[in-house]
Amino acid sequence: MRRALYLAGAALATATLTAWLVTGAHRGWTRTSEAVEKTDEVTGLTYRTYQPCLKLGLDALGIGLGLSLAAGLIAWLATPGHNSTKKLL
Amino acid sequence: MITLFKKTPISLAASLGAMIAWEAFSAPQVFDFKDPKGVNNAVFKLDAPLESINGTANGISGTITYDPAEPNALTGRITVAAASLHVPNPLMKEHLHGPNWLDVSRHQEITFESRKVSNVKTSGTDATADVTGILTIKGLSKELTVPVRFTYLKDKLGARSNGQMQGDLLVVRSTFKIKRTDFAINPQAPTDKVAEDIELVLSLAGAAPRR
Repeated sequence: MRRALYLAGAALATATLTAWLVTGAHRGWTRTSEAVEKTDEVTGLTYRTYQPCLKLGLDALGIGLGLSLAAGLIAWLATPGHNSTKKLL
Repeated sequence: MITLFKKTPISLAASLGAMIAWEAFSAPQVFDFKDPKGVNNAVFKLDAPLESINGTANGISGTITYDPAEPNALTGRITVAAASLHVPNPLMKEHLHGPNWLDVSRHQEITFESRKVSNVKTSGTDATADVTGILTIKGLSKELTVPVRFTYLKDKLGARSNGQMQGDLLVVRSTFKIKRTDFAINPQAPTDKVAEDIELVLSLAGAAPRR
């Protein structure tokens, strides 16, 4: 059980970090659309259109790494002979 | 004038032609800002020390009556569909449309209705002016004066509609700031995270088809 939690935590951390890097390592909020600036030739007005895209932000990275850290912490606390485990149990 | 008309039929026709041409040039035109191409937009920016919020709205409609020979006679009303406000983060968009921010389910429109035009300066087809009007957001109205640049594009509607319609275009550009708390937009939010000033950049084009 302990080993499974460690592995799950490590897998989640790796997956989160990989997904964040692959989607552009965006250092803002997660985005599900991206603005594309265009110019209307007749009027000269600039305008934005939005195209669907996924860019994971620091919020998603934080949640993923936080959950993996929590899994690791629970596994560590569940180590036989650990003082905190005895108190918890 | 009557004496002149009586002189010859040619001079009568010429005078009438000149009058019609003058009327066609100087008469106020009604420009419709409903834009099927989705170009008309309002950009909003809130730049706080800790967080910047930047998005657009494109659900724009309304009419402006404008005379290029007399820009200070302008009247009009521009409406923005509150639900058309968009930010790239879905959770932020949900909050933006929610009761704390714009409450779009109860207040579906953001409107600006002109009351007075002053400080008009014209240069060719361009005119700049200060337009005073009533801005209504979230059901709260406030009078404000905003700088506006008008560009009158005669006979350009055809180029924009692939020749399907003929007529003129009016391009309206304006950049100004409003206070978030004046319109009860998330008034409890700390100003280090949500800026008090909202910068608005309007880029609009209205069409006056010739009938």
